Amino acid sequence: MAFAAFSSQAAPSTDPVARRRSPVALFLLLPGILYLVLFFLTPLVSLLLTSFQAPREFGDIGQFDYAFRWQNYVEVVTTYWPHIARSFGYALAATFFALLISYPLAYFIGVKARRWPLLQSLMLVLVIAPFFISFLLRTLAWKQLFSDESFVVQSLKALSLLGPEAHVTGTAFSVIFGLTYNFIPFMTLPLYTTLERLDLRYLEAGNDLYASPFHVFRKVTIPLSMPGIVAGTLLTFIPAAGDYINASRDFLGGTGTQMMGNVIEANFLVLQNFPAAAALSIILMTVILVIVSIYVKRSGTEDLL
Amino acid sequence: MAVGAFADRGADLELVGIEKRFPGFTAIENLNLTIPAGSFFALLGPSGCGKTTTLRLVAGLEEPTSGRILIGGTDVTTQKSFQRPVNTVFQSYALFPHMTVLENVAFGLRRRKIADPVAKAHEALLLVELDHLAHRKPQQLSGGQQQRVALARAIVNRPALLLLDEPLGALDLKLRRQMQLELKTIQDEVGLTFLHVTHDQEEAMTMADTIAVMNKGRIEQMGEPQQLYELPRTAFVANFLGQSNLFTGPVVSTTSTAIAVDVSGQKIVVPLERAHRLSGEVTIGVRPEKLTLHAAAPTHDAGRNVMGPGKVIDVSFSGVSTQYLVAVPGVGTLVVFAQNMAFGPAAHVGAEVWLSWNVDHGFGLDDDPADAPRFEADLDTKTIAQQRRSSLLTELEEA
Repeated sequence: MAFAAFSSQAAPSTDPVARRRSPVALFLLLPGILYLVLFFLTPLVSLLLTSFQAPREFGDIGQFDYAFRWQNYVEVVTTYWPHIARSFGYALAATFFALLISYPLAYFIGVKARRWPLLQSLMLVLVIAPFFISFLLRTLAWKQLFSDESFVVQSLKALSLLGPEAHVTGTAFSVIFGLTYNFIPFMTLPLYTTLERLDLRYLEAGNDLYASPFHVFRKVTIPLSMPGIVAGTLLTFIPAAGDYINASRDFLGGTGTQMMGNVIEANFLVLQNFPAAAALSIILMTVILVIVSIYVKRSGTEDLL
Repeated sequence: MAVGAFADRGADLELVGIEKRFPGFTAIENLNLTIPAGSFFALLGPSGCGKTTTLRLVAGLEEPTSGRILIGGTDVTTQKSFQRPVNTVFQSYALFPHMTVLENVAFGLRRRKIADPVAKAHEALLLVELDHLAHRKPQQLSGGQQQRVALARAIVNRPALLLLDEPLGALDLKLRRQMQLELKTIQDEVGLTFLHVTHDQEEAMTMADTIAVMNKGRIEQMGEPQQLYELPRTAFVANFLGQSNLFTGPVVSTTSTAIAVDVSGQKIVVPLERAHRLSGEVTIGVRPEKLTLHAAAPTHDAGRNVMGPGKVIDVSFSGVSTQYLVAVPGVGTLVVFAQNMAFGPAAHVGAEVWLSWNVDHGFGLDDDPADAPRFEADLDTKTIAQQRRSSLLTELEEA
């Protein structure tokens, strides 16, 4: 039933059976709890402890002792604030563009193509098809396409749309492009699942009540597809903010486009400045958590979390 | 439709030569219909007869293949749904689940930029006695309440024409009766034109001023409920609007006031002004409640038709009346409704009875009897075996 999609939001469950604590339920939850403690809680605590470590006196590079050196946070923020800002800026831009591209696509597959189930399935397969090829290979392919000698860039230069000294790789454009491209399926699929269940009779009712197609879209379609929009934007924004492949110099990025992920990677693996990397990771997680909870709260879709 | 103002009165609706074809079938063929302003018009028919399609055409949710739609004299055929001065109460209610009841009701007012939409929405909710639930979400209401919200959402806009798409279908009998009365009261108070689509003949008859019975994409008969019931024009109307006993036979004599029809050897008289076909094979009928049961052959009376003897094959009690099924040899099974004026049934199963009715209560149909089944096909195994045998015999003789 069409109402079912929203019923859980409006009427919070007050089922007394679900609230009752039973030893069987706890027992069944045990493997899950153990898994989370082992693979989520332990690394998190370890990361938090690392982020406060102080360099060992007279120690080698990469040697640290447990301490409470909160200055680590101040240092990474003052050093890497452009990367932090860039991370969230790029992720936001990529989320925006992915939504812009995915919404009409998902609307077509989920609503317009309902009468042709074969076309619907075919288009869904096409959306998922990129997953059959490694994420790295696809991003490398785009690097080739955007390289200075590529046909695309040469043609743009020949048409004077690009200056003779201009590059495409290593710019903010190519990083945002890469992020958008890579996360479009994550945006499209949740949007599709909500739009596929969209009851068109609501749109007819809107039309009947003097709302033009534009108003119906704004007042009925968008609010009704909000769960999909929220899920899709979260699935895009969260990984995009921490992404370090697209912005990496080996792929679509350059020196001026480094994101937090790249800095964390460099600090962990190259500079062996583990506390700085850990502090950056904690900052990244906290900021994402804060942004996401405000966003979910504002959009009224708490039930998604 | 003018922005910022209500329609001051109901508008008439005119459908001219409407045809609607979907791939593979024709939903409506050559429909001509005029609904006068301020009337309560019911479009009655079985599912798939094209009545909902007609409503959707008027609302602008479908486009006619050909023909024109005029509302209050203005051609709206090319207007989009949101431009038409029409509101619909949908069968599924289609209340926006993301808005409160109040916002649902105020939706149309806001779109048309009517002053003070919230106050007007509260007024409409008061009319359907749901103002205390204004801040709930639709799915927190019961089916009957949702239906009233849907009604409020439509009438708050004071549309020149209100379309009702089987809005009472999901309600239980008591609530339906109550809503029928409320709808009728609202229509009288507000003076709007109502177009009500339903498959419930009782609902149509109690509520509407005019009923059009639709079948297979065309209107079979149109008129006031009583006229439609007392004088159906076709076998479909006779059977869809209440029950009928139908007989077929040749016209044997005609006088200046009546025709006499031979039904398996029994002479049945139908007044001339109540008969549509006056010669050849005709189908005539009478309503079950007009029949009287007799335990013995009644004395001859020029004013009454007599049929019988027959055998009572079923008696079922339904409170106000009792239904008898009487098998008359050569004619078929007749239905009789008798008021329960005394305790106990007037006849028991197996009793031999005669039936009579006032000549003025019979009616003659316009259908060609060749198209309509003579009476219900007798499909018990014995008959089938006999038919097989006779067809086999004729086949053998021919060979």
